[in-house]
Amino acid sequence: MKHHIQMSLNGDPVEVLVEPSQTLLDVLRDELGLTGTKEGCGTGDCGACSVMVDNRLVCGCLVLGPEVAGKSVETIEGMAEGEVLHPLQRHFLEHAALQCGICTPGFLVAAKALLAHNPDPTETEVRYWLAGNLCRCTGYDKIIRAVMDAAAEMRQAPTARTELKDQLQHAGA
Amino acid sequence: MQEKIGNPPVEQEFKWVGTRQVRPDGIDKVTGRAKFGADYNLPGQLTGAVLRSPHPHARIVSIDTSQAAALQGVKAIVTRDDFSDQESEFVPAGEMLVNYRDVVRNVMAREKVLYEGHAVAAVAATSPIIAKRALKLINVEYEILPHVIDVLDAIKPDAPLLHDDMITAGVEPAPTTPSNIAKKVEFTLGDSGAAFANADVVVERAFDTKPVHQGYIEPHACLADVSEDSAAELWVCTQGHWIVRAHCARLLGWDVSKIKVNASEIGGGFGGKTVVYLEPLALALSKKSGKPVKMVMSREDVFKASGPTSGAHIRVKMGATKDGRIVAAETELFYQAGAFQGSPVGPGAMCAFAPYDLEHVKSVGYDVVSNRSKVAAYRAPGGPISEYAVESVVDELAREIGMDPIDFRLKNAAKEGTKAAYGPQFGPIGLIETLEAAKNSDHWKAPLGPNQGRGVASGFWFNIGGETSVTLNLNEDGTLTLMAGTPDIGGLRASLCLMAAEELGIDYPKIRPIIADTASLGYNFLTGGSRATFSSGMATVEAAQQIKTEACRRAAQLWDMPEEAVLYEDGYVRPAGDNAGPQDPMHISEIARMAGKTGGPITGVAKINAQGAAPSFGTQIADVEIDPETGRATVTRYTVIQDAGRAIHPDYVEGQFQGGAAQGIGWALNEEYIYGDDGKLENPGFLDYRIPVASDLPMIDTIIVEVPNPRHPYGVRGIGETPIVPPMATVANAVRDATGLRFTELPMSPPRVLKAINEARAAGDTNLKV
Amino acid sequence: MRYEAPETLDAAVALLASAGEETKVLAGGTDLLVQLRTDLIAPTLVVDIKNIDETRTIAETAGGFRVGAAVSGAELAEHAKLSSVWPGVVEAVSLIGSTQIQGRASLGGNLCNGSPAADSVPAMIAAGAVANVAGPNGRREIPVEDVILAPRKLSLTPGEFVVSIQLPARPARAADAYQRFIPRTEMDIAVVGAGVSLARDEAGKITDARVSLGAVASRPLLVKDAADALIGSTLDAAALTALDAACQAACQPIDDKRGTIDFRTEVAGVLARRTAEIAYKRAGA
Repeated sequence: MKHHIQMSLNGDPVEVLVEPSQTLLDVLRDELGLTGTKEGCGTGDCGACSVMVDNRLVCGCLVLGPEVAGKSVETIEGMAEGEVLHPLQRHFLEHAALQCGICTPGFLVAAKALLAHNPDPTETEVRYWLAGNLCRCTGYDKIIRAVMDAAAEMRQAPTARTELKDQLQHAGA
Repeated sequence: MQEKIGNPPVEQEFKWVGTRQVRPDGIDKVTGRAKFGADYNLPGQLTGAVLRSPHPHARIVSIDTSQAAALQGVKAIVTRDDFSDQESEFVPAGEMLVNYRDVVRNVMAREKVLYEGHAVAAVAATSPIIAKRALKLINVEYEILPHVIDVLDAIKPDAPLLHDDMITAGVEPAPTTPSNIAKKVEFTLGDSGAAFANADVVVERAFDTKPVHQGYIEPHACLADVSEDSAAELWVCTQGHWIVRAHCARLLGWDVSKIKVNASEIGGGFGGKTVVYLEPLALALSKKSGKPVKMVMSREDVFKASGPTSGAHIRVKMGATKDGRIVAAETELFYQAGAFQGSPVGPGAMCAFAPYDLEHVKSVGYDVVSNRSKVAAYRAPGGPISEYAVESVVDELAREIGMDPIDFRLKNAAKEGTKAAYGPQFGPIGLIETLEAAKNSDHWKAPLGPNQGRGVASGFWFNIGGETSVTLNLNEDGTLTLMAGTPDIGGLRASLCLMAAEELGIDYPKIRPIIADTASLGYNFLTGGSRATFSSGMATVEAAQQIKTEACRRAAQLWDMPEEAVLYEDGYVRPAGDNAGPQDPMHISEIARMAGKTGGPITGVAKINAQGAAPSFGTQIADVEIDPETGRATVTRYTVIQDAGRAIHPDYVEGQFQGGAAQGIGWALNEEYIYGDDGKLENPGFLDYRIPVASDLPMIDTIIVEVPNPRHPYGVRGIGETPIVPPMATVANAVRDATGLRFTELPMSPPRVLKAINEARAAGDTNLKV
Repeated sequence: MRYEAPETLDAAVALLASAGEETKVLAGGTDLLVQLRTDLIAPTLVVDIKNIDETRTIAETAGGFRVGAAVSGAELAEHAKLSSVWPGVVEAVSLIGSTQIQGRASLGGNLCNGSPAADSVPAMIAAGAVANVAGPNGRREIPVEDVILAPRKLSLTPGEFVVSIQLPARPARAADAYQRFIPRTEMDIAVVGAGVSLARDEAGKITDARVSLGAVASRPLLVKDAADALIGSTLDAAALTALDAACQAACQPIDDKRGTIDFRTEVAGVLARRTAEIAYKRAGA
């Protein structure tokens, strides 16, 4: 029998019917059409499905759908505010911290959780926090640099957000 | 640290090429908007699922699908009966060949299952739960056969045979009895046998490597939609959608024109997404059910049923004089192909000694089948394995004669004019420049701590060109749409837009690239062989030239002057030379705006078979630290130096260097396919198939060397594959330096390293340094 | 499969004891969902215990702590007092999987998954932790070292489940530590794990010790000989050598994809030494 659940998804109330055996990842992707959260393994080993549940970083593939009833869920789709990218998103672009991009949503969600927990991480702290997010393309170098730079920017101006449009202009200049 | 070294010295001669722009597809990929293989859905779609063999080797006696077919919600089932047999015919798939007779058997087992995970049947049902239940209702009767996994076991005379009719090709006279050796290849230059007599020092070693998987994070996925008249549309994550189209048309017996393939964004491939697995099944199920069918592999299926690269046994013998000249070199390579012939032993044999200018070389390779999933291309297929063995022996030779390993390589390095053992004579190449950059690097000069060692190794890869189409549409506002057909696996769109911007003087942000489907653009060979930026870049430049020519023609018409009197320069047409008139230069956007009045749309359509691909050589340096009590080797510093020809977008060149090195470090230290005695894979997941995680690696420094390829308009060589060639030897040489011990078996995992340290200590080995 | 999330112990016990059901308890789910996904298990009923107050809270009790079976690793690590009193237990939990896994993985789940390689179990055993169990016949306490009998086999009877873990009061000049060996730096299952808890007197002499090893036998081991090697010493070279030997002697490992018998045995001794040194230093701090 399906469960009727209500949750907050990226700040908005959502109702959905879920099979007991469906994972949160399945619910997001298959029932709600939010495919930004990726499945790389389904066993919690790759981090591509990283999402926040009640402000806690988890793998969407390791949470049953019915478990999130009444909870707050945040995904990559909620990271930018309208046209304004999160500093992490911007620094990932500026550092070319992605090649194929499949792991990128998971890294961004996990990195955002890191900076909320520790605004001034060392390189080692960033590497260990993100050890559950596999990337096969980059060797992690540019990802780590992007996170460190985003952290530095956010420490200086925690509320500063640059307009996406400005960024594109800047990128072309 | 990122450096760039040019020969001749790099000057900023371009406005766009060589700059670090944000990629045009970037926003979609940081917001979750980009659609990858599993992100496509259609209304009313069914879920496809595959029944896979639990046995490594068995004859299929019968398949009974009646119970599954009777289950409510099951809409179609396919088995071997739904696919016609194919004649033996080899066709290119990336840098490797596949045979349709084997491909049809790999996507759906026919007479036998040849490895655990081999597809036996597929179903389409109205939900994943029903599809899974249906698979359990399919009854397959197997006659279990003895299996063979290891490459050396498979070549024994009494080994179980996978294919009763396999007669080794390339041997004269042809053998009279079948074996698991599909073919023998040989590349010879001079007389190595005699030349060893001139050596003061000869080193001979045997090496073993394990199969390793490409490890792309995105599992194979596709969505097929076939109409009642067999018009098919397919969305798939692939390195080459024209290749998918060709394979599917062939296996299903459909017209190529009826299949339209859309390449989704691709979540990593590294060679592994150059062949078909699910696609023909999804199309067949969709045709049978009359509904769209979506299929996605589980991670377990990816490891068990898609291609890793070969494990191998390699023997290398090299001789050198006391003053450091290599006088003779031989290698014998046994590469495991998986269940069907077609290991990359050919390229492995060709690459083995390519970094060296040698007179006497012999490389012999054997392509060996065994009961494992069929290997697929993996980044420089074949090269990393043979070059690991050779570069380890080169390190030993340098030690034996007491010479610095970089100086030893410099003394023997291939250069312009060197004739490679596999045939061609090299044009301008950058190996010496990479070695010199390595020698001058801070890394090479830095002191080492206790239990640390440093290693260096070089590597080579051919790179390829091939059939390519690019269309440029000049839009009415002067912006440009760029259509390419090589899937963008790591920044291609950005590189193509930079070259188009440079050619046309149109600002980079004004160019919108798309990866076009197979119906909208001429044929394209795949993204592989480090060819995408090279070939699609060459086609982009040609298409841009057409637009420039056409713009000049339109201006000449407007200005009423001969076409030759108009010049295209930096986004403007202007009267030129002696015929120059009074007209002011006109911007390309003006020409575009008036295109309707001057003859209609302005486009550039390039359709080429790109020639002139040039090899890329690289040299890498690693520091490792050994924990003598646990055998753990930690890479503490790493530098990649490589000739890029020219770095169109330096960020993505560095990214290829770093990513290839990281994959190679994984190959060197922890990655391996582990089989049980039952012939089943024991580690089909990211938990126990241990690819490097962020905390395993240091920053990976890069030095881009630029020795331009004279046969490409921007000097591009192709750089994606060479970075994975040197790492295994680089790390092994560093471990040798740290421990005093030579490891000849990969991976150098902690139990192996600790065991070797213990044995050396017990034997009183004076080389032992930890 | 049915999913239930009862809010009381009694309701949970009733569900778990219901006849004809193949039931599984869901705490953090980081092992359970993997087993569901890979068809290792096919329960007809999953009982999520996270809505029961006791499973979700950390309470200070008579000098010790009662840690809910479903409290996540991240929550444990954020509990400053618990981290300072039982640093070894907290560091052991923190080693389980990734940051994402830490958001869910729990002491109760790690214990009841029944793996000989579970990271938190040797640390809990060394700490002298006790599992608080509820079941059809009421509540009882089981020392953690007596919970896992063999891989996937527990001493719990049908309908019973672990509600919380009791960590005892920490004496003065005492501390614990946990170290494990994995091939990578993160994300692997322990090839060997070692937990040590010890107390020392003012002169630095070890007065009490418990040593536990993981992944070297069919169940996590409490190694009395190893503790005896420490007690009475100042963790001098001779004591460390005796500890190493006692641990190696206790090992009964297997060869598998994660390590060999020889490797596990040798590294068990190495890790026990390293762990004891950390615990000793902490106890003196």
